[in-house]
Amino acid sequence: MGTASDIKLIDENNIRLDGRGPDELRPIKIETNVLNRADGSSFIEWGGNKIMVAVYGPREAYPKHNQDINKAIVKARYNMAAFSVDERKRPGPDRRSVEISKVVSEALEAAIMVELFPRAQIDVFIEVLQADAGTRIAGLTAASVAVASAGIPMRDMVVGCTAGKVGNKIVLDLSKEEDNFGQADLPMGILPKSDRIVLMQMDGDLSVEEFEQATSMIMKATKRIAQIQREALTKKYEIQQKEQGE
Amino acid sequence: MPKDALGVLSEIKKSFITKQIKEGRRGDGRKPDEYRELRIQTNYVPRANGSALVELGKTKILVGVKIDAGEPFPDTPNLGVFTTNVELLPMAFPTFESGPPNEMSIEVARVVDRGIRESKMVDFEKLVIEPGKKVWVVFVDINVLDYDGNLFDACSYGAVAALKTAVVPGSKYGGKDTQLPINNTPVSVTIVKLDDVMVCDPDLEEEQMSTTRVTITTTEDGHIRAMQKGDLGYFELDEIRKAIKMSSDTGSIIREKYLK
Repeated sequence: MGTASDIKLIDENNIRLDGRGPDELRPIKIETNVLNRADGSSFIEWGGNKIMVAVYGPREAYPKHNQDINKAIVKARYNMAAFSVDERKRPGPDRRSVEISKVVSEALEAAIMVELFPRAQIDVFIEVLQADAGTRIAGLTAASVAVASAGIPMRDMVVGCTAGKVGNKIVLDLSKEEDNFGQADLPMGILPKSDRIVLMQMDGDLSVEEFEQATSMIMKATKRIAQIQREALTKKYEIQQKEQGE
Repeated sequence: MPKDALGVLSEIKKSFITKQIKEGRRGDGRKPDEYRELRIQTNYVPRANGSALVELGKTKILVGVKIDAGEPFPDTPNLGVFTTNVELLPMAFPTFESGPPNEMSIEVARVVDRGIRESKMVDFEKLVIEPGKKVWVVFVDINVLDYDGNLFDACSYGAVAALKTAVVPGSKYGGKDTQLPINNTPVSVTIVKLDDVMVCDPDLEEEQMSTTRVTITTTEDGHIRAMQKGDLGYFELDEIRKAIKMSSDTGSIIREKYLK
């Protein structure tokens, strides 16, 4: 994890820098159908993160040698806008975003019923407009909503959530300072109905007990985030019904 | 993971491996928590500041460490710099191509890098020449020569072994040559799921058949320093618990036997 710092990230009463308790999430807001052209789309605000996701497909996989005769391939592209972080980020894929794109694609593919669309490709474009720690799991959470809003059959949603260690305590949903100066970071992608783990990365220093604590916090939060996803999707149909009713 | 030259593993072989694994044995006769024969030869390239040739079963990789003076990153002015790169040489596998790093080589490099960095194996605070201006930059370059599965662990063992023997070339800048300062020994163990059975150190056939993969790096204290789940399938939480146990048990054997 990041460098040593004198900042006290969590105090004696377990209150964090931004006033949250150890197992409190930052505010999350998800909207669907925010883009016209795409087959499905979503926008998530998670703490200070602002991330937009567009889904195209299933459409014919291109180039053709990428086609799989048994199933669709899922291609997520995680990209950070040049202005999304403090120091300007050079546009285009770097090693970090290539890795994140890979693990996010794999996590989504575990939920999507890819066997229904042989030779097809499902493109998921995740654009981080403003980054504020936890972009990969916020992006994954929004991507799952966007895929569902495109009408693509799924076994379950995918919920992303992070836990970590700051000041020797396990906390949920790291903020930017906690991410930079904390001791461990454990982002996970979960299928909320079955608690299956489809994305997991970790860096830092966790004992086995701390890992247990972190995962149990994540599993609990997963249900809350899944509810927010569900509400975002049902809201879309409420609006459509209203329009049709008029 | 790439398929073999024909793009498939024969159905006969597949059903043989599946049948074996149900009886607790693997295609090549290993037990689930047994790794392949491991051979590490350090100082293979004396021209480098540290090096190691690793053979893990039939997988063969070569690691070279170069250390040079350079500028620190602006956000860590008083720390040495560390970079890891993996080259999947075209000689190693029929479908590997030369050219810029692809998804697979980037993932391997970043997982190896994370394990070493997060365990704080190298003492980067001691690699400062002139605070804020000049630090030692440690380049770990890994060449994959022959690919038969589990690059994550082979590359990680190679990098750790090479770093342990690496020398900081102080004499180049009017100082003294010193051993690279090392704090601990991280060991990465990769585990795949074959038909709901967890096995460590998969060979190529097992990698092709497996539904999902996890790489876990632990240190002497049994703490987890880095993890990476990969591939399309899923793990239950209980399976991750088992994998952590398997990784730290197998890891301590490997650390004692090969990375001392």
